[in-house]
Amino acid sequence: MTSATAAAHAATAPAPLHGLILAGGSSSRMQRDKAALRYRGQSQLDRAFELAARHVSQVFVSVRSEQTADPARAQRPLIVDSVAGEGPIVGIRSALAAFPQAAWLVLACDLPFLSDATLEFLLRERDRTAMATAYRSAHNDLPEPLCAIWEPAAAPALDAYQAAGGHCPRKFLMRHPARLLQPLDRRALDNVNTPEEYAQALTLLGAASHGTKMQLKIHYYALLREQAGRSEETLETAAATPADLYGELATRYGFSLSREQVKVAVNSEFSDWSRPLAGGDAVVFIPPVAGG
Amino acid sequence: MRFRFTETAIDTAAARREVVDLGAGGYVGFEGWVRDHNEGQEVIRLEYEAFQDLAVKEGDRIIAEALRRFPIKHALCIHRVGDLGLGDMAIWAGVSATHRGEAFDACRFIVDEVKHRLPIWKKEHYRNGDSGWVNCERCAAAPQHVHHDEPAVLTADN
Repeated sequence: MTSATAAAHAATAPAPLHGLILAGGSSSRMQRDKAALRYRGQSQLDRAFELAARHVSQVFVSVRSEQTADPARAQRPLIVDSVAGEGPIVGIRSALAAFPQAAWLVLACDLPFLSDATLEFLLRERDRTAMATAYRSAHNDLPEPLCAIWEPAAAPALDAYQAAGGHCPRKFLMRHPARLLQPLDRRALDNVNTPEEYAQALTLLGAASHGTKMQLKIHYYALLREQAGRSEETLETAAATPADLYGELATRYGFSLSREQVKVAVNSEFSDWSRPLAGGDAVVFIPPVAGG
Repeated sequence: MRFRFTETAIDTAAARREVVDLGAGGYVGFEGWVRDHNEGQEVIRLEYEAFQDLAVKEGDRIIAEALRRFPIKHALCIHRVGDLGLGDMAIWAGVSATHRGEAFDACRFIVDEVKHRLPIWKKEHYRNGDSGWVNCERCAAAPQHVHHDEPAVLTADN
């Protein structure tokens, strides 16, 4: 393409900018789905999605093929990994492949401190002639590829980089033309990988001080009743979902059943683990059943 | 309400009368009994416990599903809770239908679904003094081994 036709092309069909929320990670250090962690009563996936949707017209969630039925993800437009390999680079390449004309505002879904101001600055400073526009880490100055705008021109270079054995989008940005910005807020891009970091983020975001504690009624049956040493209790808790609550109670009472072995009912109906709990809800955890 | 609990012995004659229909050519009744052994252990008694609010709703849904799936006349299922001894009846299901095939199929469907879906638990007490919640104790040691969504045939007591 000559520069004249490139300019004409850009004038007639400016590359659309879509949002991509990366929610395909294994969350292995967190030992639970990072996308489902809740802050101020909302899952991190929903927070990231809504944040992106305030800045671009169309937002997608990047998932692995085995995650497409997950209820928290299935309700969103999805980009399913279409290229081989693992990690965020696969999600970014799959999005670029799905919409070859589009640029992507890529956001990891473990960045609870991300703000509108951080995205506005990124969009304002976007360099369409670079392969990407990204922030530098406030901690080590290296590029942060998972709060960045990836341009369509990055697609062939990413393909070649991964074909040559590369897998780290940060290293990719260090070796290719990218516009790098100094973050406005040192904490804006801090990510949350472990239960300790999650607890710290909750404190910093003021979950406890915003009056989000509520009273729940818990009933225990069978093995869980014996391990809890009671058949019911009324509990004051900041747990936002049944998943959070089971984690809290399993720690307190030393439940031997993992959450994967248990189902949950709220107000006498089977429930999702990520359903937001409300004050006064009656919660029952259901160990493996054995009627008949 | 086509599913219910009882804390006393199931009256099968009375239950059977609830599914009688003059248009029915046959009736299938199933009784599940407390057995004296399970998984190589000698069982001496059982304790049944249920989350009754949810179990009754889900049990009614199972009966409604059976009435939709099979051309049957009536269906009823009763589950006992509390302490049961050897030979006691833990569950009864009865189905009437124009023809026997549907009655057999629907009765089996109801009992299978009840075992897999209803929040009912049983604790076995063994001759050697041990006890354990069926499907809970061993799977705690090997979580990927037994999943409560799977048919409970491994630990069926009937």
